[in-house]
Amino acid sequence: MENIKTALYNLHQKHGAKFAPFAGYQMPIQYPEGIIDEHKYTRSNAGLFDVSHMGQLLIKGENELTEDLEKIFPLDLKSISLNQSKYSFLMNEEACIYDDLIITKVKDGYNIILNAACKNQDYEIIKKLLDDKYEMILSSSLSLIAIQGPKAVTILKEIIKGSENLNFMNGDWFKYLNENIYITRSGYTGEDGFEISISNNNVEELAENLLLNGVKLIGLGARDTLRLEAGLCLYGHDIDIETTPIEANLKWAISKKRLTTGGFMGFEKINSQIKSGTRKLRVGVIPKDRIIAREKTKIYNNDNEIIGEITSGTFGPSVQKPITLGYVDSKFSKLETEVFLEVRGKKYPAKICKLPFYKKSYVKGAN
Amino acid sequence: MSDVKFSKEHEWLKIDGDVATIGITKHAAEMLGDIVFVELPDLGSNVEKDSNAGVVESTKAASDVYTPISGEVVENNQTIVDDPGKINIDPENDAWFFKLKIKDKSELETLMNKEEYNKFATESGT
Repeated sequence: MENIKTALYNLHQKHGAKFAPFAGYQMPIQYPEGIIDEHKYTRSNAGLFDVSHMGQLLIKGENELTEDLEKIFPLDLKSISLNQSKYSFLMNEEACIYDDLIITKVKDGYNIILNAACKNQDYEIIKKLLDDKYEMILSSSLSLIAIQGPKAVTILKEIIKGSENLNFMNGDWFKYLNENIYITRSGYTGEDGFEISISNNNVEELAENLLLNGVKLIGLGARDTLRLEAGLCLYGHDIDIETTPIEANLKWAISKKRLTTGGFMGFEKINSQIKSGTRKLRVGVIPKDRIIAREKTKIYNNDNEIIGEITSGTFGPSVQKPITLGYVDSKFSKLETEVFLEVRGKKYPAKICKLPFYKKSYVKGAN
Repeated sequence: MSDVKFSKEHEWLKIDGDVATIGITKHAAEMLGDIVFVELPDLGSNVEKDSNAGVVESTKAASDVYTPISGEVVENNQTIVDDPGKINIDPENDAWFFKLKIKDKSELETLMNKEEYNKFATESGT
């Protein structure tokens, strides 16, 4: 099957992108400047990411939909306000994660941003869990772009007035080329920024406009190093159908109220894992030497026993050191615990460390 | 002027009497992307033709470095260990990897010259 090209494919090509297949899409991995420069430009200026491969799902409905979605997601949807976004997960009854996602309450119902590789399956799962009661639209006519970095706000407000007033994890409608576009203040890089949902027809015009104003195109390569420095999980690597949110150290994303009321997918498992702990836990691990431990690298304790595995690893261009995420036996998850990483047959000392590796600079606001 | 040869694994060799200076080609550096880590063979170690003699890691992945000829490692370039980014800037000069005392000059015969290598690199696309 041929990979799908996003509406910005020609623009990427014009800017010298190196493409690779990703979740059925032909996506730009990097541009001529390279991952490190792209990464640093995002941290110091503003980067433009084409994330149109991600799923944009609209579920239409009113109060009953809110009730029904609360039976799926561990969120207190009744008390979030219109245009507010929440990070959450789609889980099975065993609290294992089908996907992680961002859900936003909108006028017509709920908007959910899904991972590209999971979106079609998510659609079927959600549809079944909702008994096919609601209209669900997984858009193929909308693009999604992210502008991330400390200058994102000042650049975007020149093009779209009022966008600067959005609080973190909140969205609203704006006008661009006579189209109503939906913008949220969010992202996945550890930087302040926005995600813009706009028609495939108008996205190139907007992207060109942003580039003229000093934003640079950033590929998926730098997106990966940025999110990893920010300690954020990548589905299919750091979380998957074999992990629960508690094991993944994502308890913060579960509503406190819902932990007492229950009634969502996987509640029993989550409740028991909170009470009696988990066998494994996601942690940050930093090698002592300049050694890069990739996914599947084995983690050992002082007694030379395997205690876990790395799930993501790279060199952090902003923190200027190798960084990794992985799962270890919970007994070894305490900060500063000394562990060893086996790379090319040799064991290198490393330490369990605090996340994120890079400190976030989100704009404060309602959460 | 010293003689420069190229291997199918995208290494270059500059031959100066009994000693060959070895590094990776510009083409290889471009394909790897930003290099962030290098491991070099130990000084004094003996390496065999086509065997593993180091590692380069870019932000994307790790790749082995092979030695196109056999010999004893008489020097290795610590400046690229301390600043691997140099390999992306000047891979075919300053950012050499190691120097070998050539064991068997006949091994040089199978290597390519610049013209042959350029053709090979363009056609292989890897």
